[in-house]
Amino acid sequence: MRKIGIFVCHCGLNIAGTIDVQRVVEEIKKYPGVAFAADYKYMCSDPGQALIRQAIADYGLDGIVVAACSPAMHEVTFRKAARAAGVNPYLTEIANIREQISWVHQTQPEEATRKAIETIATIVEKVRYDEALVPFSLPVVKRALVIGGGIAGMTTALHIADAGYPVVLVEREAQLGGKMRQLSGLYLNFDAAPDLLETKIAAVMQHPNIQVLTNAEVVELGGYVGNFTVKISSRFQVPGYKLQVPGSEIAQSGINPQPETLQPETLQPETPQPETFTFDIGAIVVATGFDLLPKSELGEYGGGRPPDVIDGLQFERMLAEGEIRRPSDGAVPKEVVWVQCAGSRDPELHMPYCSKICCMYVAKQAMAYKQRVPDGQAYVFYIDIRSQGKGYEEFVQRAMTEYDVLYLRGKVARVFEEDGRVVVYGVDTLSGKAVEVQADLVVLATAVVPSAGARDLAQRLRVSTDEYGFFSEAHPKLRPVESLTAGIFLAGAAQFPKDIPETVAQASGAAAKVLGLFAQREMVQEPTIAFVDEELCAGCGLCVAACPYEARVMHPWKPIAVVQTALCQGCGACVVACPNKASSLRNLSTEQLLTMMEPVL
Amino acid sequence: MRYSYYPGCTLSSTGVEYGQSVAAVCEVLGIELVELEDWSCCGSSSAHALDHELALSLPVRNIALAQPAGMDTLMPCPACYQRTLRADRRLREDEAWRREMEALLGFAYDGQGRPRHLLDVLGHDLPAEAISSRVRRPLKGLKPVSYYGCMLVRPPKLTGWDDPEHPVLMDRLLSTLGAEPVVWSYGVDCCGGSLSLDRSDVVKTLVGRLATAAAEAGANCIVTVCGMCHINLDTRQQGTQMPVFYLTELMGLALDLPGQEQWFNKHFINPLPLLASLGLVGQRR
Repeated sequence: MRKIGIFVCHCGLNIAGTIDVQRVVEEIKKYPGVAFAADYKYMCSDPGQALIRQAIADYGLDGIVVAACSPAMHEVTFRKAARAAGVNPYLTEIANIREQISWVHQTQPEEATRKAIETIATIVEKVRYDEALVPFSLPVVKRALVIGGGIAGMTTALHIADAGYPVVLVEREAQLGGKMRQLSGLYLNFDAAPDLLETKIAAVMQHPNIQVLTNAEVVELGGYVGNFTVKISSRFQVPGYKLQVPGSEIAQSGINPQPETLQPETLQPETPQPETFTFDIGAIVVATGFDLLPKSELGEYGGGRPPDVIDGLQFERMLAEGEIRRPSDGAVPKEVVWVQCAGSRDPELHMPYCSKICCMYVAKQAMAYKQRVPDGQAYVFYIDIRSQGKGYEEFVQRAMTEYDVLYLRGKVARVFEEDGRVVVYGVDTLSGKAVEVQADLVVLATAVVPSAGARDLAQRLRVSTDEYGFFSEAHPKLRPVESLTAGIFLAGAAQFPKDIPETVAQASGAAAKVLGLFAQREMVQEPTIAFVDEELCAGCGLCVAACPYEARVMHPWKPIAVVQTALCQGCGACVVACPNKASSLRNLSTEQLLTMMEPVL
Repeated sequence: MRYSYYPGCTLSSTGVEYGQSVAAVCEVLGIELVELEDWSCCGSSSAHALDHELALSLPVRNIALAQPAGMDTLMPCPACYQRTLRADRRLREDEAWRREMEALLGFAYDGQGRPRHLLDVLGHDLPAEAISSRVRRPLKGLKPVSYYGCMLVRPPKLTGWDDPEHPVLMDRLLSTLGAEPVVWSYGVDCCGGSLSLDRSDVVKTLVGRLATAAAEAGANCIVTVCGMCHINLDTRQQGTQMPVFYLTELMGLALDLPGQEQWFNKHFINPLPLLASLGLVGQRR
C-alpha cells in the first residue's frame, strides 16, 4: 500500500484563520494509508518545500497531498519538490482548501474544518490509485504564422525570419501595408509614411524565409502551441504576391481565374475559386490592427451626412495627395476644425476608452495644414492633451506656438451643415464661453476600434477579446504580448490603440516570444490524457464524434478507436461518450472518481 | 387603443391648447385616454434641480397609480416623460431602490405598463392610414420645421424610438397631414427651458437662433410637442414672428376638428394670418 504524506499549509491566515489546521492534521493522520501529516505556515516557501523533501526521505513516502491553494497556483512547485526527493510528480496532488474552502466559508470555521478534512481524504484516495506517469515530448514546429500585414505584422515577420525561421504572413487585403498605407507624413518629423513602408514591404517580399499570402484569411485552427494546424483560404491570387509554399499541402487547388477572358454573361460575381492551404505552425502572432469608428455612428457630428465633415484617415489622404481641398466643392478650406475624442472617452454614447493616437496625429495634421495653407486657421477642440512619448509634448507645443493652431479646451456638442459651411458648436471651458465656429472643413478624430472581423477571427483562434473586440493580453502588466491561449501572441492595435513606435515595440516583443518558443528543442506535454482500452473498445466511433479537439480517430484497420496523444487535452468527453467504458483518463479513471467520493458520502 | 393618461401640469396651465388638441385628436383617432386619478408632480424642473432622490421618487407615485390598469401611460410633455422614464428604468435595474420605493409607496412594481410619449404613440402604435384616411384639409403650403427639443428623444439609452440627433417621426406625421416639412439642423437644440424665468436673456438668444434658422431654412412655422418649448418659442422671439404650433393642433386642423380657433387664440404669435394666407382657416364641415 502506498505511503502517503499530507502537508497542510496555513497560507498565513488565509487558511489558518478559518480552518483549524492542527485538528486537520490530527484527524487526517488517522486516515488509512496516511504515513505522515504536518502543517506549516507557508508550504510553498523554501523551508516548506524542504519539509516535504525531508519527510519523503524520513518516512519513505511515495504519495504526496499538499492541502493548500488552487493547483493553478503551486501544483508545479510541489511536483518539482517531490520529484527532487524521488517521488514521481504525478503522485503529488493538491487539495484546494483555500479558494474552495477557507475563502468561501470564513463565517463557518467548524464546517470549513470538516470540509477540509474530507477534501484531503478524497485526494488521498486519488493519490492511492494514481499512476507514476512520464510526460510526452513533442517536436515544436518551427514555422510562425503572422496574421495581418500592417506595420505590426511585417515587423514581427521580419524579426522571426531574420532569426532563420520560416514565417507565413497572411494579409486580408490585396496589398501589404495596412493602415499605414493610408498615412502621409508621420509625427514627429513628418517622415513620409510611404517611404518607410515601401522599405518594409520590399524587405518582407524579398525575404527568403517569409511566405506572403494576400487576399487571404485564416479559416480554421487546430492543434495547440508548438503544433498548430492552420487552414488559410486565399480568395484570389495576385500574380507575384502569392509565392510558392514549400512544405505546405495544397488542400484544394483552384484554377487561376482570368475574368478578362470570360464572356460578360458567364462572369461570376467576385468570387474566384478560393484556394485553401494547410500549414503546420508552431506559433501565431495576431496583428490585425484597427479601424476607425464610422462617422455614421456619430449622429451629433453629422452622422456622416455633411461631405465636409471627414475623419482623420480621409485628411491623411488629402495630405498624401498634396492638396487640401474640401470634398463638397474643391475649395481650399480656410477654417478647419479638428474634433478630438470623437466617439472616444464618451461612456454615455460611444467608446469609454481613450483612443490614444489622436492627440498626436491631430497636432501633426494641423501643422501640416498650416504648412500648406499658411493663411488658414486651424482649431483643435480637445478634452485633455495626452502627449506621452519622447518628444511628443514638445511637438504639440510647437503646433500651438510656431503654427498658431488654436487649441480650445472643451468638447464639441454638435456639428452640422448650414449654407455650405459646417457649423461647430463647442465650448471653451477655460474661458467658460460657448464657442461657435463657421468652418470650411471639420476633421473628426474618430475613435479607434478593432479591425472588422476581429471577433470572428478571435473565435476561430479560440483567443479571448475584451468587451470592445480588442484581443486580450494574458496579463495587463507582465504578459502584454501574449494572448491567454498558449502559443498565440499579439502585436499592434489589435490589442489596443497604439501608434507606430509602440506598435513596432510590441511587434518586436511578440517576435522575441515566438523565438523563445522556437529555441526549445521540444515541448513537454502533460501525460494526464485519455487512453483506450483495446480489449473493451468495440469501435463504435462515438468518441470520435464527441472529441472537440479532433484527437480521436479510428484505427486504420482494427475496429478500435485511437487517441492522438498530441492533440488530446484530457477533457474527458470521450469517457462520457463511451458505452463500453473503454475510454479513460490517466490518473482520473472512473474507478478513481468513485473511490474519491467515498470519504464525503 | 387604450392608454393611461398623464397630462402633467403644463397642459392645464401654459399649454391648455396642447391638452385640448391632444384630447380632440386622440378621440377622433380612437385612442382612448384614461386619466390617472389623483396624479401628482412628475419631479421635473424644480424637484430635479433640488433633490435627485425626490425627483425620481415623485414619478414612482404616478407609476404606482398607473399600474393596476396594466396599460402604457401616454404623456404629452417631454419633461414628464423623461422623469417618469428615468424612474421606471431605475425600478427595473436597481433592485434595492425598487424595494425602497415599494415600501415607501405601498405597492409591488410589476413593470407591465411603460411610460410612452405622445409622439412615439402617434408615430408607432397608429398605422399611418389611420391618420391619412381622416385628413379633410391637407396642410398644403404649410412649411413647418420639426422641433423636438433637447430632451424628447434623449438619452437614446432611455428612449430609443427615434434617432437622438436626427429624429424623423414628426416630419413623417406632418407629411401625412399634407404639410411640407422643411429640413433643418436645429431640431434637437435647446430652447432654454426653465431658464425663461431667471435668465430670459439666454432663452432669447437660443430662441432667436431657432427662429432665424427656421426662417433661413425656408420654413413658415415651427412645430413642437413640448409645452415648455412652445411657450419659449412663442414669447421670446426677437424680431421674428414665426408661428409655433403643437403637432396636435396641426393634426386637429388637418382633420378639421372643432375647437381650433380656441386653441390658436392662446398663442402669443397669432398663427391665423399665416393659415389664412394658405387658405387653411375656418372649420369646413
